[in-house]
Amino acid sequence: MEKPLLSVRNLTIDIPVGGGTLHAVRGIDFDLNRGETLCIVGESGSGKSLTSLAVMGLLGKTIRRTADRMDFDGTDLTRANPRTMRKLRGARMSMIFQEPMTSLNPAYTIGDQLTEALLLHKPVGREAARARAVELLEKVGITAAESRLSQYPHQLSGGLRQRVMIAMALMCEPELIIADEPTTALDVTIQAQILRLLYDLGREMNMAMILITHDLGVVARVADKVAVMYAGELVETGPAADVFNTPSHPYTRGLLRCIPLPGKTERGSTLGTIPGIVPSLVGDIEGCAFRTRCPYAEAACRSEIPRQGSAGHAFRCIHEDGKRQAEEATA
Amino acid sequence: MTRQSTQSSPVLELRNVTKTYKVKQGLFGKARPLTAVNDVSLSLPRGEVLGLVGESGCGKSTLAKILLGLEAPTHGQVLVDGEEIGAQDRLSLARRIQPIFQDPYSSLNPRKSIFDIVSLPLRVHGVGGPQDWEKQVREILDIVGLPARVMNTYPSQMSGGQRQRVAIARALIMKPEIVICDEPTSALDVSVQSQILNLLGDLRREFGLTYLFISHDLAVVEHLATRVAVMYLGRIVEEADVAGLFDHARHPYTQALLKSVLTPEPGLGVPDTQLGMAYPNPIDPPSGCQFHPRCPLATAHCKAKAPRPVPTPQGLVECHLYDTESPMFDNKAA
Amino acid sequence: MAHIDNTDPLLQEITGPTPGQMLRKRVFGHQGLLIGAVVLIILLFIAIFAPLLAPHDPYAQSLMNRMEPPVFLGGTWEHPLGTDHLGRDYLSRLIYGARVSLLIGAVAALISGVIGTAMGVAAGYFGGRVDMVVTFLINVRLAMPVVLVALAVVAILGGSLQVVIVVLGLLLWDRFAVVMRASTLQVRGREYVAAARAIGASTPRVILSEIMPNIANNLIVVITLEMAHAILLEAALSFLGLGVQPPTPSWGLMVSEGKNMMLFEPWLVLIPGAVLFLLVLAINLMGDGLRDVTAPENRS
Repeated sequence: MEKPLLSVRNLTIDIPVGGGTLHAVRGIDFDLNRGETLCIVGESGSGKSLTSLAVMGLLGKTIRRTADRMDFDGTDLTRANPRTMRKLRGARMSMIFQEPMTSLNPAYTIGDQLTEALLLHKPVGREAARARAVELLEKVGITAAESRLSQYPHQLSGGLRQRVMIAMALMCEPELIIADEPTTALDVTIQAQILRLLYDLGREMNMAMILITHDLGVVARVADKVAVMYAGELVETGPAADVFNTPSHPYTRGLLRCIPLPGKTERGSTLGTIPGIVPSLVGDIEGCAFRTRCPYAEAACRSEIPRQGSAGHAFRCIHEDGKRQAEEATA
Repeated sequence: MTRQSTQSSPVLELRNVTKTYKVKQGLFGKARPLTAVNDVSLSLPRGEVLGLVGESGCGKSTLAKILLGLEAPTHGQVLVDGEEIGAQDRLSLARRIQPIFQDPYSSLNPRKSIFDIVSLPLRVHGVGGPQDWEKQVREILDIVGLPARVMNTYPSQMSGGQRQRVAIARALIMKPEIVICDEPTSALDVSVQSQILNLLGDLRREFGLTYLFISHDLAVVEHLATRVAVMYLGRIVEEADVAGLFDHARHPYTQALLKSVLTPEPGLGVPDTQLGMAYPNPIDPPSGCQFHPRCPLATAHCKAKAPRPVPTPQGLVECHLYDTESPMFDNKAA
Repeated sequence: MAHIDNTDPLLQEITGPTPGQMLRKRVFGHQGLLIGAVVLIILLFIAIFAPLLAPHDPYAQSLMNRMEPPVFLGGTWEHPLGTDHLGRDYLSRLIYGARVSLLIGAVAALISGVIGTAMGVAAGYFGGRVDMVVTFLINVRLAMPVVLVALAVVAILGGSLQVVIVVLGLLLWDRFAVVMRASTLQVRGREYVAAARAIGASTPRVILSEIMPNIANNLIVVITLEMAHAILLEAALSFLGLGVQPPTPSWGLMVSEGKNMMLFEPWLVLIPGAVLFLLVLAINLMGDGLRDVTAPENRS
């Protein structure tokens, strides 16, 4: 088996808050191979965005990150000094944010911002950088790319700005792209186009991608691997087809029942819900974090939760197959 | 809900409603008209849910503001129960139409207790006294699934889903006939969204409410709506009942919208909507059919001539392909 | 379902403090604010109870006892802070002077606060022409040099407490207007304002009960700053002889009267100067503190 491009073991993120420590991410593991797309899906506060920032080394100073291992193609990210991280960011791994309006600098032209990273990281001239920028803008489907270089971000629509962000992330041909809710702020038709673009480019350039999203529809369509995150833990991980076809953790199934499925869910019928709320992440959680909302919770859920399933498709639950078959039988 | 009316008579009707803004470009630029809502006619029968879908900037939120009396239409009429809105005073309009907004973090005044927020309509309309208010607030909170003790708390102490329930309680306390839901769940987490959608469905059945449900999420619209109108650049390009629209979409734009819905079904990949990408600038709308620059089926005729609304048994559609008098009329498509 | 720990999930959720509780906690955790407030309250107390606290009549002259030094410079306890060039008890004049300073600060800030807030809120809420007119007025006002205009007006009308208060009140509204306009613009776009309008609430009601509570924190901060500003301007005008007229005890006037003897009897200038400094510092500490304390809510 090939060596994964990114390998994370026991990643923990702690944020000091007024009344103690908020354990935002509680010991998660994942691997990502070249050319693969991993979707981290979860609701707000699950720690998915912090996870991506932790990989990029972009967490704030007050936030504490620890990991047994965080290996990016032989570089140990837990020990990398700021200079090494700066070299990696932009050149070998880059990030696409949710809100293209705030992540582009309004004071500089599109061309300046596109070429900046390339000029910084690679020994290329200004002309070559501009040529590369035009090439990429065309690749992300922007017409009249040459003339766009002298435009400012406010002159572009939201969809175009997000395309520029993608082109910017691709300038140095990174091996890893982290996209945090890249299409959430966009309209549905634009969302489909942007996702398709990311998907195709990833395949074409053999890039690994981590896509952070709350949208299960997006996950199902673009992910190779899925990681479902709840209260700072990965409750279920596996190939997209397995996770969606045989969702084993009760939380994953609960989420899937919440969304109306055109053609499958009866129109106007009552949708599934997950009662209760996410537990407070300040302090320790005893046993399974989902037990306060889980229909199958029992006393044993307060103890250590085993990881079940195969190496490919794993989930954390004390019940065999997370009561999936029992649930399907009653349905 | 004592007003006598038959099931089919529209409780809300829009006739040729147009809203134009003057937009100034630059300090000394000339003001140019921006037509946010362009000659929209819609009718909403009592007890139905009209889903209004379209991309941002298509005019759906402006339409909601007109219905709430927050903006006056430039032309056209809005009729509630057959009476024109302009002629009624704002208070009686407010009794009949109430909004639920998208962002429950912005729609509740952070300085006010939940009791103050929910009872505001009663106080504005001078209904009853403080004793009644508390009783009514208690009742409505119970209906939306909140315990009475939240009355003394503040919005900052609540979660997004709870806040949206408070917003719903405020909208319903005067027992309106029509509720304008402007993206009521798009700021919420998936598990909370389904709770709010269920609540909205239950409330409609229980109180015979009529909804105008504005959303960009087609799966949600399909689930909740009985009729659907698709808006593009201020115009309604297709309108049909929910089955007709989702099972047999006719307008190429509707088809593209439906195609772009990403359902959680692995292996299907990301669809190719075949839309030209850019949403046009509403200040410079395209000639002819406004959708033609993005339409995969567009011809020279579409660029030259704007289609007229074609009435069909299913509902209206604005496309040359379905107009028997158009040279582009396509028997197969129709 | 018997194993679910929280039978009432809502109970868990509503545990945070109310906005009022949070504010109280922040207020009592802010040292600058507390120090400023304590000093200000003491000065306010002194001003209110001046007749009871002052050992002598501040106007009573005693030419025999002119320019007696304070106790700490070898004076007697009869006049703890000495006497001025007319033999008036310096401590008593200082105590009565607090009345003048605080009165001018408070009333001038109140007048300009009402004018500026009305203009700023109207401009922010209604926009369009109203905004254009208000913005124009603000620019006109900003183009006028305050001290010069105040000097000119006082020179024409003659100096008195009332004139100084009114002139300062009519001149210091610019910051109120600018800040209130910006805050209103920000709040006006919130959906709860649209919701209140959709409920049928009248415009005054929307402004008073939806907008004002959410911009009040900014207003309080500007009030404190302008109070300090007005107090300093009064002192400056009085120093130049165009403010409060003698024999009214005003700190600015006291500095002015003492300046001739400054080289020989520096305490005549230093004592009123120091209390003026203390008062303005206290007010500014409080204003800064209030801004710190109310800011976190704006962020959330």
